Amino acid sequence: MSGTFLGMPSLPVFGIGNLHEHEPFPKAARRELSNPQLRANLGHATRTIRDKRLAVVSELPDWEELREAGRAIKESVMARLPELLEEFEANFTARGGTIHWARDAGEANSIVAALIRDQDATEVVKVKSMATQEIGLNEYLEEQGIAAYETDLAELIVQLDHDKPSHILVPAIHKNRSQVRDIFLREMEGVDPELTNEPARLAAAARAHLRRKFLSAKVAVSGANFALADSGTLAVVESEGNGRMCLTLPETLITVMGVEKLLPGWEDLEVFMQLLPRSSTGERMNPYTSLWTGVTPDDGPQNVHLVLLDNGRSAALADEMGRSALHCIRCSACMNVCPVYERTGGHAYGSTYPGPIGAILSPLLTGITAEENNSLPYASSLCGACYDACPVKINIPDILVHLRGEDVDSKRGKNRRKRAMPSQMDVGMKAASWALSSGKNLGLVEKALPLGRLAAGPDRKITKLPGIAAGWTQSRDIPAPPGQSFRQWWNKEHRAAGPDAAPAAGTDAPGPESAGPGSAGTEENP
Amino acid sequence: MNAREAILDRIRSALRDAPAVPEVPRDYRRSSGLGEEELIELLTDRLLDYKANVFIEEAAEVPQRLAALLEGTGRYAAPHGLDQALFAEADARDGGSGRRVTDAPGQRLSVEELDGIDAVVTGSAVAVAETGTIILDAAPDQGRRVISLVPDRHICIVRAGDITAILPEALRRLDGTRPQTWISGPSATSDIELERVEGVHGPRTLDVVIVRG
Repeated sequence: MSGTFLGMPSLPVFGIGNLHEHEPFPKAARRELSNPQLRANLGHATRTIRDKRLAVVSELPDWEELREAGRAIKESVMARLPELLEEFEANFTARGGTIHWARDAGEANSIVAALIRDQDATEVVKVKSMATQEIGLNEYLEEQGIAAYETDLAELIVQLDHDKPSHILVPAIHKNRSQVRDIFLREMEGVDPELTNEPARLAAAARAHLRRKFLSAKVAVSGANFALADSGTLAVVESEGNGRMCLTLPETLITVMGVEKLLPGWEDLEVFMQLLPRSSTGERMNPYTSLWTGVTPDDGPQNVHLVLLDNGRSAALADEMGRSALHCIRCSACMNVCPVYERTGGHAYGSTYPGPIGAILSPLLTGITAEENNSLPYASSLCGACYDACPVKINIPDILVHLRGEDVDSKRGKNRRKRAMPSQMDVGMKAASWALSSGKNLGLVEKALPLGRLAAGPDRKITKLPGIAAGWTQSRDIPAPPGQSFRQWWNKEHRAAGPDAAPAAGTDAPGPESAGPGSAGTEENP
Repeated sequence: MNAREAILDRIRSALRDAPAVPEVPRDYRRSSGLGEEELIELLTDRLLDYKANVFIEEAAEVPQRLAALLEGTGRYAAPHGLDQALFAEADARDGGSGRRVTDAPGQRLSVEELDGIDAVVTGSAVAVAETGTIILDAAPDQGRRVISLVPDRHICIVRAGDITAILPEALRRLDGTRPQTWISGPSATSDIELERVEGVHGPRTLDVVIVRG
């Protein structure tokens, strides 16, 4: 029984860890864009995956119905989250598993490290997991003298190269096959020096490299794609079999999962296991999915733990406009279709979660004012491709706009009693509001048009605006304004025709919307 | 306040606007009317696409097929619950069951033993034709999860009656609390330039024997 919340509303508690931009997005993007190899690799990879996704999605006659069911299930999970968490906990515990709750990244890390130490282990094998990436688990374990071996091929590439993931599904998407070969030759012990850049040979090298680790590991750390409240079941979706190895062979299994990953029950899995594989790798089904419910005697790990992670998720949930970002199933379809991501790559977003979903999820988890995360909601042209591709219909463009508003408000000092200094944006908006409030005012402003032409100079372009408007001209030119406004032109043309030709604009009450039959004018106006 | 209480408290506080719990529209396909031959054809097509090998047999011919598949293989494993009669032909050719090791309660194969074995033969719980998925639920004819994982070749027997067309039909036949492995082709990766390559850590060869009748 969870009941309605009756206590004092607490302030949102934001998340910490690898969720931040350390420099504004435009600066990071500019640097990444200057790497032609990166752009070529990303362009090739995202084109490939987009075509595959479209092909398998178009095979299903009920794709839109599945998306709608997925959206509704996730929405109901968020609305019922406390009771579902309690239901899940009761079932998982009844089946022999142990639940740990972690308020933030630091608490989760220390729980996992203590569980590993309990087994006297100094190394663990890991299944690819966004949650452990988010909390910086590998770095923490290293400080504690515990070696964490990533076993997913792309994670292994990134780990061997001492690099950072740049995509949530294919962390090494920014590397091409020859770069991968070079990393293996340089970093992989005992690798065949004749290794070629064929993907099959590279996969075989990874198999040989990790085989001993799998067979001897005592402890594995995983994430989870789904958790079923009505049974306490966990699911991991993967391709290579490294997940199965980690989930089956070691005696101890520690899973770290965000609280939002719950589904109510078994029936819901049929929706998400149709949506996820087609949206992520563009396959009808991924090669392997493992489900386990607590401990199964005589089969798989006998010491099973789950760390339930908040780390800002409750804060995101408190944002009524933004909470649907928590519906994300980490498929990565949004980044594969995003024109911004395709060019800048994932590193430009700073956070563990890049691309369109990262641009909303990261600031929602950390708060808009954390480090440079207020630049992320602007890392989009608002084209809407991400919304179309999202298998659970997260309206990313709407949330981006909402967060831009939050950013502006946070700079103004939202609390009006504080009487914060009006910002440039406030002043600009006030001026615009005055200008657009009557035809007379607008007419006055339009008198300044020739000044703009003067500023544009002989190349008829304005390339640099002052103040906050400089952000706009950073990557665009403004064409010189015309010598006269439409309304001035209309006045001249129709005044001459007689008094009842048209209401004279710029002189009296009619506002801009009733300044005349605009469509007729636009047809004649070149 | 402990972490559990703190987190639940934060979540309740976040939901103080009491958002509505929407009705879930389940207008997607939940059943289909495909016959057995169509199901076999669809499943075969999907499995071949994943680069699995597919053999369609009458029940009486399965021992012959298994013997042929195991020809030239070293030792192979089987779970104790798999019908031993399936290996009659293979045993006859071997002059005994010398190559076969059985994983049974109280006589478990260790990981090292499994690593030294060339292949494993298991049954399956249910299959999904549309996605080319075979689901194992650790029943006695399929054995512990580890036996179908460590050997490099998995020979999997699918009864035609266990093939469903779409995922919702398959899940209705399963108990979600049993440990499950869903298998759609041999292990694969798309991690290098998003090009699919078969054969990584799981079995690199998947042979599927579909049994009619």
